[in-house]
Amino acid sequence: MSAANHTAASHAAPAPVAAGRASATGMPRHHAAIFLALLAAGLAAPFFLYPVFLMKVMCFALFACAFNLLLGYTGLLSFGHAAYFGSASYISAHAAKVWGLPPELAILSGVAAATVLGLVIGALAIRRQGIYFAMVTLAFAQMVFFFSLQAPFTGGEDGIQAVPRGMLFGFINLRSDFTLYFVVLAIALGGMLAIYRIIHSPFGQVLKAIRENEARATSLGYRVNRYKLATFVLSAAFAGLAGGTKAIVFQLASLTDVHWSMSGEVVLMTLIGGMGTVFGPIVGAAVIVTMQNYLATFGAWVTIIQGVIFVVCVLLFREGIIGVFQKWIKKPL
Amino acid sequence: MFELLGIPPQALFGQLLLGLINGSFYAILSLGLAVIFGLLNIINFAHGAQYMLGAFVAWMLLNYLGIGYWWALLIVPIVVGAFGIVLERLMIARLYHLDHLYGLLLTFGLALIIQGLLRNQYGISGLPYSIPPQLAGGQNLGFMFLPNYRGWVVVASLAVCVATWFVIEKTRLGAYLRAATENPTLVGAFGINVPRMITLTYGFGVALAAFAGVLAAPVYSVNPNMGADLIIVVFAVVVIGGMGSILGSIVTGFGLGLVEGLTKVFYPEASSVVIFVIMAIVLLVKPAGLFGRAA
Amino acid sequence: MTKTGFLLASLAASLMATSALAQDITVKIGVLNDRSGIYADLSGEGSVIAARMAAEDFGAAEKGIKVEIVSADHQNKPDVASTIARQWLDQDGVNAIVDVPTSSAALAVNEIIKDANALFINSGAASSDLTGPACSPHTVHWTYDTWALANGTGSAMVQQGGDSWFFLTADYAFGHALERDTAAVVEAAGGKVVGTVRHPFPGTDFSSFLLQAQASGAKVIGLANAGGDTINSIKQAAEFGITQAGQALAGLLIFITDVHALGLQTAQGLVLTESFYWDLNDGTREWSARFEAADGDKPTMVQAGVYAGVLHYLKAVEAAGTNEADAVIAKMKEMPTDDPLFGKGEIRADGRKVHDMYLFRVKSPEQSSGAWDYYETLATIPADKAFRPMADGNCPLVK
Repeated sequence: MSAANHTAASHAAPAPVAAGRASATGMPRHHAAIFLALLAAGLAAPFFLYPVFLMKVMCFALFACAFNLLLGYTGLLSFGHAAYFGSASYISAHAAKVWGLPPELAILSGVAAATVLGLVIGALAIRRQGIYFAMVTLAFAQMVFFFSLQAPFTGGEDGIQAVPRGMLFGFINLRSDFTLYFVVLAIALGGMLAIYRIIHSPFGQVLKAIRENEARATSLGYRVNRYKLATFVLSAAFAGLAGGTKAIVFQLASLTDVHWSMSGEVVLMTLIGGMGTVFGPIVGAAVIVTMQNYLATFGAWVTIIQGVIFVVCVLLFREGIIGVFQKWIKKPL
Repeated sequence: MFELLGIPPQALFGQLLLGLINGSFYAILSLGLAVIFGLLNIINFAHGAQYMLGAFVAWMLLNYLGIGYWWALLIVPIVVGAFGIVLERLMIARLYHLDHLYGLLLTFGLALIIQGLLRNQYGISGLPYSIPPQLAGGQNLGFMFLPNYRGWVVVASLAVCVATWFVIEKTRLGAYLRAATENPTLVGAFGINVPRMITLTYGFGVALAAFAGVLAAPVYSVNPNMGADLIIVVFAVVVIGGMGSILGSIVTGFGLGLVEGLTKVFYPEASSVVIFVIMAIVLLVKPAGLFGRAA
Repeated sequence: MTKTGFLLASLAASLMATSALAQDITVKIGVLNDRSGIYADLSGEGSVIAARMAAEDFGAAEKGIKVEIVSADHQNKPDVASTIARQWLDQDGVNAIVDVPTSSAALAVNEIIKDANALFINSGAASSDLTGPACSPHTVHWTYDTWALANGTGSAMVQQGGDSWFFLTADYAFGHALERDTAAVVEAAGGKVVGTVRHPFPGTDFSSFLLQAQASGAKVIGLANAGGDTINSIKQAAEFGITQAGQALAGLLIFITDVHALGLQTAQGLVLTESFYWDLNDGTREWSARFEAADGDKPTMVQAGVYAGVLHYLKAVEAAGTNEADAVIAKMKEMPTDDPLFGKGEIRADGRKVHDMYLFRVKSPEQSSGAWDYYETLATIPADKAFRPMADGNCPLVK
């Protein structure tokens, strides 16, 4: 990702150090302000917008943030992230419906499954670089897809339907969209904050060093592959968190979640929002989900418009929405 | 009568032959991808869409202009190749100084657009395209009935593959091409127009995809999605053969067709994943691919 | 709300009965289907046209019922279908969702509609679970289902002499179910299954599997797959001379749009079951001509089912004098159905609409008199035999 990230990196890399005026939590003030604004917007939004739609946006925003951890901060393009998102969604749905687990444990089972899968695939994939890495992840994701298609518990084309939302911690009934909304808000913001912490930790600094110059990071004594694997697993786990939550929200898990076009969609979200920025994937996910939702009436035009956005982003707009914005306000976002 | 692994040998021959036929499509498509990757360093995700476009243009020639299969075999690669050249000049050429991955993303977007437009126009059920009358019918080989057209597919694709290999490996033009892959600046210094060569190479790779599309039109359903699922398999073929290796992609294309054919007999359920399993193994054991040079 | 709603509704209905013209009801119908993917041709915009025709033919405006039709593309994704359906019901006040092909999407909408004050009139989906274990008090499954297709093709083929079968099955739940149901019917009718091969889904090359089917010597090759897989299987069977050699192909889920795509030269001789064909009688011909004028193609059975379903729904709204779901569904099940496309029929307690099904054979190019003249009728399966008996469906509503 060298050339691409030069632009993003020259702004993003010095973030935690140069941004100086850190708040008490160690987070630059304007980042803290944005997170607070997100929280406030999140709390107010369901009174104005349709909660189920908002929950979908949040699930995908978390998914895109998880993906960005890998692409934007380590420079690894995985073309098979649907595997972790989708398998977690299947496992969570199965756990809630068949094993009768409460939602929090169901989602955690999904995360566990995605983590294990990420560990196995990641361990193999990080041995290759660049395009080969993208191909290997794509190949493994195809295998996960075929497994999901054929395994008896996934219900083939029908998917797992009628998943109960259940009682959170045994006493909060999630049947109402409104209650569930705030739970999803907590999960999504919690996940994003965790990803933020990872990026801005010493660990995250090493990742950026790898992204910028892998050979140099190695020569400085970092075990590059361990860092890559750790990031891969973390990214898979957060993607799993998003997938598991989505299964509970929509009460279903289906092949859509493991199909390679889902892997393509998450790349698109990250790209359009701005890869290697903290808030870019959130914006990208919101844009894409909104578009899919409101353009549903136009049928096949949705795919065409997505294609056009891809082309325009790659040719003219490689920094993404937030990338352009941060250049404009001269502060890393 | 003896049996081999529980299958009569006649049936096995039949299945191997069918595998070879499928391998022909893999070989032409992966050859096109390999040529493009070798010189442009671009993963052409739109290759599947361009293959599909080949089949569609053949259909359009027949239905709007009354031009039949044989002319289509010549005209379609030129038309679609020219379209590829336009794409390269307008868009892809702007990405050479960037990472490979941007080429992948751009062509992915192009594939979505091409598929979407044709889907809007022609629907999804597919369009009929008949086998040319000269190749209708088939031969009874004793162990199987071989439609003439399938035999033609193998012959045509072998011929195209060998010709391409010959041009690139054995001629002066091919030598320029290979040199430009190694060191474009130096080749440019010798007075060769490298950017034009790159453009023409992309056009040629796309033309190969379109040629495969015309070959496929009478056998498979001509529909906007025909390339979308195939392309991922072809990627796997290219990766196994060794990215950018001409001979590798041809041999692997035919070879994997055979492997897949055998899987369809012995364990049909796995026939869609077998190529990906092989790809994973090859990448781990021999990362540059079976025929690739170590990076 | 159900009880009061129902009381109010019946009260309203009795009041309205005296002055039908005075009622002023608005119904919003949402046509949710595939407008870009593999089912776009057999449902898609044509289904919206069909729904609109139903409102016009019913004369809704003159009867004081204001009909509004909205539509959306679910892209064959259950989560997209689910989002749109929830939004229609919670925010846009949609009273009935119609069509919804793709079983996974239909089952997702079916779950949502159970607790909603709205009805779901499915035409496009195949899954017989909709009136089986997953049945809902608010769902009507109009046009066909996997059981009816398996039953029609399976039993009628055996009666025609096709008593040994080989299955070419798409290797996922849907294909397995279709194969299982058909095999049961074939065996019950006295035929036998000599073999089966599972092909990956989606596939492009079926020649290898077809040769295995040919080698089995079975009289009938049953295609337990759908969409592009079926089209490619049939295309390649013709290429390898399988039908010419005397084996019959039986499509277990195939629509007239698929035959149209294949062309008669390739598809000739194929046997299939459908519940509607444009050239059945004067009623279907007249309606189909009007449909073709608006859409450009002849209607599929799915689009016909949308028309008939919406028509019956509007009749029930008129009779109930309200758009409250429970009152309308009660009327829909109480009144016998009658329309020019499916004739007389009824909706059972489990939501299954029953009518005749037909076994067709695709004509050869010489037999066909022109565009869209594709089928000859081999047999009519009477309504009482065409669908799964209610007792076998395990629908909790009728226990």
